[in-house]
Amino acid sequence: MHTSVTIAGVTFDNPVMTASGTFGSGKEYAEYMDLNGLGGIIVKGVASKEWLGNPAPRIAETYGGMLNAVGLQNPGVDVFMEEDIPFLRQYNTNIVVNIAGKTVEEYVDVTKRLQQADIDMIELNISCPNVKEGGVAFGTDAGMAEYITKEVKKHAKQPLIVKLSPNVTDITEIAKAVEAGGADAVSLINTLLGMKIDIYKRRPVLANRVGGFSGPAIKPVAVRMVHQVYKSIQLPIIGLGGICTGEDAVEFMLAGATGVAVGTANFMNPRATVDVIEGIERFMDETGVEDVRELIGALE
Amino acid sequence: MCQDNIKSKKTVSIIANEEIAAGVYQMVFREQEIAERTKPGQFVNVYCQADSRILPRPISICQVEPRAGLVTIVYMVVGQGTKEFSNLQAGQTIDVLGPLGNGFSPVACEESILVGGGVGTPPLLELVKQLPGTKHVFLGFRTGSYLVDAFKQYAQVYIATDDGSVGQQGTVIDLMNAVGAKGQQVYACGPKPMLAALKTWTNERDIPAQLSLEERMGCGIGACVGCVCKVKTDTESGFTYKKVCKDGPVFDAKEVIL
Ligand SMILES: Cc1cc2nc3c(=O)[nH]c(=O)nc-3n(C[C@H](O)[C@H](O)[C@H](O)COP(=O)(O)OP(=O)(O)OC[C@H]3O[C@@H](n4cnc5c(N)ncnc54)[C@H](O)[C@@H]3O)c2cc1C
Ligand SMILES: Cc1cc2nc3c(=O)[nH]c(=O)nc-3n(C[C@H](O)[C@H](O)[C@H](O)COP(=O)(O)O)c2cc1C
Ligand code: FES
Repeated sequence: MHTSVTIAGVTFDNPVMTASGTFGSGKEYAEYMDLNGLGGIIVKGVASKEWLGNPAPRIAETYGGMLNAVGLQNPGVDVFMEEDIPFLRQYNTNIVVNIAGKTVEEYVDVTKRLQQADIDMIELNISCPNVKEGGVAFGTDAGMAEYITKEVKKHAKQPLIVKLSPNVTDITEIAKAVEAGGADAVSLINTLLGMKIDIYKRRPVLANRVGGFSGPAIKPVAVRMVHQVYKSIQLPIIGLGGICTGEDAVEFMLAGATGVAVGTANFMNPRATVDVIEGIERFMDETGVEDVRELIGALE
Repeated sequence: MCQDNIKSKKTVSIIANEEIAAGVYQMVFREQEIAERTKPGQFVNVYCQADSRILPRPISICQVEPRAGLVTIVYMVVGQGTKEFSNLQAGQTIDVLGPLGNGFSPVACEESILVGGGVGTPPLLELVKQLPGTKHVFLGFRTGSYLVDAFKQYAQVYIATDDGSVGQQGTVIDLMNAVGAKGQQVYACGPKPMLAALKTWTNERDIPAQLSLEERMGCGIGACVGCVCKVKTDTESGFTYKKVCKDGPVFDAKEVIL
């Protein structure tokens, strides 16, 4: 059985990665599973300097999903490089670093510093709904998305994935813009902007009022967007949004994804990625698929 | 990377699940490893069966019986998840993960003070069992009380209720003042206003205190950075965020900002 895939020249032993922000920097999960089994680890977003993030409560559960308003809390790229890369490099898996910033200069600054790090790919997060400046503003305007992709790409020797926001009218427009800006791959979707209200207190549940909606409830939106983007650009796609099982992952691959990432499901079960990998293999076995690449975009 | 130590969610069998006060349930389940490894103040992630409820519910471990492999949790029905747990019967199963978090650090001293508020009371039971010396336990409830007899086996117990239905009317802090509580170490778990008042109380008397905090959690294992509390630093902002699930739930009263 052949399970490896190649994305922008990087080979993954299997198509399964971890979604940024849902797997810490891997350390937390090493107690629960063998990280060597993962195709790749996409670590939580890092910025050029420490970000404190939003006040608590930052988490709310909704029907089949959740809202988060973490606000990209991170210790900054220097601490990250010192503490997390050496840990992750012990394992036989690809390291993808998700980057955040409030201005184009900040994104460029993180990228430049990451050139010293032993990592496999960079994922540009221009789609976080939880930070006021930067973040989502870059991901919802085609011109800005193309510009920032181009600026970051200039300084990155690693292949660049651009992570797209679902909070737009036409996601293919943004996908085309980042392709034009020189992206090597795209990943989608980031969280949808959502809100939950405590009806007794008549107040939003989250301190930040609104948050990013993720989990199994968003899967149909994500599958639809992956398929739309697959039909409109040439770049390889990493699909995510609500993946909990091998069957979910296969659905994304049929829609056009080359790789997949597991996010909120890690909170539902710390071994969720293992289940997804085993589920894909079982599906291949049962349906006579010898090479996982046969599934990519193979929608009838 | 030691693969022998891999922890995972476990399906455990429920030995008992009874209502011990209005809306408060005590569940006993069998899980040898949790029973052996739990330190007072740690918690378990309890998972719902309904697909609509995806996140684990963190519930403190009330007490363990390592030899019999039994674990007791006490929870209050506040929403759909805890309602689902309350409907389970002995003989059925439930998924749990744990023990999680850092618990209390028992300090050997002559007299210790334990303060519990509402469903913050349960995790103090295992602690009171394990602490050496004389123990004074102050429990505060809105109305009624539970677990009091269990505490009485190990300590002198004082009770306060908001409505005066059991013990003295008022807050636990009022009660501690009335009794003239004394000791060299304080341990507490309960609602934030209680912990904040206790922080002031222990500060004024210069008694060290360990406070167990609660926050909404996503993962319970330190990955989502959802469950943060503020901790003092000497940086420009004056604070940083720590994770209640992994760095806590127990924090030093001096460092935590409530
Ligand atoms: C470390 C820790 C230990 C805990 N130990 C216990 C325990 O021993 N016994 C017990 O009864 N409860 C305990 N809790 C609280 C318990 O986790 C919540 O009551 C439970 O998750 C609610 O689930 P639900 O589906 O019934 O309610 P939901 O439908 O999720 O919420 C209903 C209401 O419950 C409250 N709530 C929900 N989650 C939390 C939370 N994490 N903290 C505080 N309030 C919350 C909110 O007011 C909310 O509006 C603990 C929480 C933490 C963080
Ligand atoms: C708690 C949390 C934190 C997240 N942090 C980041 C982040 O730092 N950078 C990023 O690009 N996406 C972040 N995301 C978005 C996820 O990577 C993913 O795109 C989204 O959750 C959808 O996938 P899922 O439904 O499988 O979780 C975060 C999501 C959650 C739930
Ligand atoms: S609940 Fe996820 S970090 Fe604490």
